[in-house]
Amino acid sequence: MLKADNVTLGYGGRPVVHDVSVEVTEGGVGLIGESGSGKTTVARALLGLIKPMSGAITYGTRDLNALGRADRAAFRGQVQPVFQDGSEALDPRMRIGSSIAEALDAHHRLDRAARDARITELLESVGLDPALAERRPHQLSGGQRQRAVIARALAVEPDILVLDEPTSALDVTVQARVLDLLASLASSRGLTYFLITHNLAVVDRLCRTSQVLFAGRVVEAGPTRTLLTRPAHPYTAALRDAVPKIGGAPPKAVGKVEAAPATEGCAFQRRCPLATDVCRTVRPVAREVAGRSVACHRAEEVVGGQISGAQGG
Amino acid sequence: MIKITDLEVRIGDRVIAQVPSLEVRPGECVAIVGESGSGKTTTLMAVLDLLEGATVTGSIDAFGTDVVKHGAKDLRGSRIALVMQSPQGAFNPTMRLGVLLRKALAKHGVKGGEADRRAREAVRDVLLDESILRRYPHEVSGGQAQRFAIAVALALGAEVILADEPTSALDVTVQAEVVAVLRRLHDERGLAVLLVSHDLALVSAIADHVTVMKDGRVVESGPAAELFANPTSAYTRELIAAVPTLPEADHAEG
Repeated sequence: MLKADNVTLGYGGRPVVHDVSVEVTEGGVGLIGESGSGKTTVARALLGLIKPMSGAITYGTRDLNALGRADRAAFRGQVQPVFQDGSEALDPRMRIGSSIAEALDAHHRLDRAARDARITELLESVGLDPALAERRPHQLSGGQRQRAVIARALAVEPDILVLDEPTSALDVTVQARVLDLLASLASSRGLTYFLITHNLAVVDRLCRTSQVLFAGRVVEAGPTRTLLTRPAHPYTAALRDAVPKIGGAPPKAVGKVEAAPATEGCAFQRRCPLATDVCRTVRPVAREVAGRSVACHRAEEVVGGQISGAQGG
Repeated sequence: MIKITDLEVRIGDRVIAQVPSLEVRPGECVAIVGESGSGKTTTLMAVLDLLEGATVTGSIDAFGTDVVKHGAKDLRGSRIALVMQSPQGAFNPTMRLGVLLRKALAKHGVKGGEADRRAREAVRDVLLDESILRRYPHEVSGGQAQRFAIAVALALGAEVILADEPTSALDVTVQAEVVAVLRRLHDERGLAVLLVSHDLALVSAIADHVTVMKDGRVVESGPAAELFANPTSAYTRELIAAVPTLPEADHAEG
């Protein structure tokens, strides 16, 4: 299994993600956070694209950053990325079929007939007309392109897909179909997802467990349903309450949502309606509260629902 | 304030938007929802007379002027303001936001102490700190830039804001704040909004009246609460069903 153990990640010697541990386990793992939270950095590290400043990323029993060439190629076959904008993963000059063939060739030696049959099968498995193999990326709609990217990722028969906002560039009806596709592929092909997104409903759909990242630190982690129905961190609660619902109450803006994270004490204190003196001075450490891990001094009160009545400043 | 009748926008022979009737009354938030290619943004741009290379027929009455016949030059940036998805690109990057706002006011003949007063008031109306006037565009976040864009519209005396996906580039928590500002201006100042969005949940949260478009045509139109509770067209039902939903919050003790 793919696993990050207490990794600190950064660029140019400056850490942006601190002490994050992730285990990409069956049922899928979601990483939730706003822009700038560091979630894409975690995804890049799990793909072996950046090296941790400290801590280790392991695949099975091997350290990802100590893999030899052959092992690294094998790893790339087992863990595949699917990013937000499908067009990035597809060479604009290449026909869709050629893009998929390229991925196939990297891992199997197939004759032409077998390769074409496999391309047809892959396109059909993501609900695309095999005739689209002859098209170039710009001749497809956004939803078709994202399906083609998924087909290309599946060509190498990976165990894990690292999905970075896979549906957020899509129209809502197209998003619904791509989510259905991902959900069915997870069971039919035994795929495991590591999904990063700001969309809580998407995580709920695809991941059994989740972590919430704020300012480069995991503030809450546990079963997705537990986090979304009874959050224990005020940030998780704020994210959930900000989501507009059809026919529901207007979205709630709690606290000063654009206040910069604090560097001392709890990073979330400036946005938190429950912050007290201890939050200003002592950085909360993760502990078990009501079936999940949470880093908040007042988690028990949040679980009890006190955040709902709290007024933001 | 704005009344669209038998609007048709064509490029060559192709109809890209057809709106038989749509009205924005003072203090009302009217939304056009649809997916890519639905014609929602085209309709908004027709109101602002910003469509190039298209043939527009029918009538768009905006504050007594037929925009289709006479254009919207005198209305744009004064009584009608446009707020786009990412306003930062539209601000001159070398100018502090305060300078930018005073320049816009000067174009409308508002100068000196009156300009300062209006600038400060507009910024407060969108719940921003006055210190934002001393910042450059790159020094503010996306949500602050969006609220500042609304403040500029208010300072210039906008009575209706035309907003094209105003929050779709923002984090959900920041979106909630922009929505709160729009609702407050709507409740307290009677500001009217014509909102174009693909996000049904967002529209449901702020619109009084909703028009659903698909492939250039209006498929359904009505009061928001009614339309979301009892959609009559199959497409509206499909759109509503496609919105991913969150499980209900549970605050039970234990």
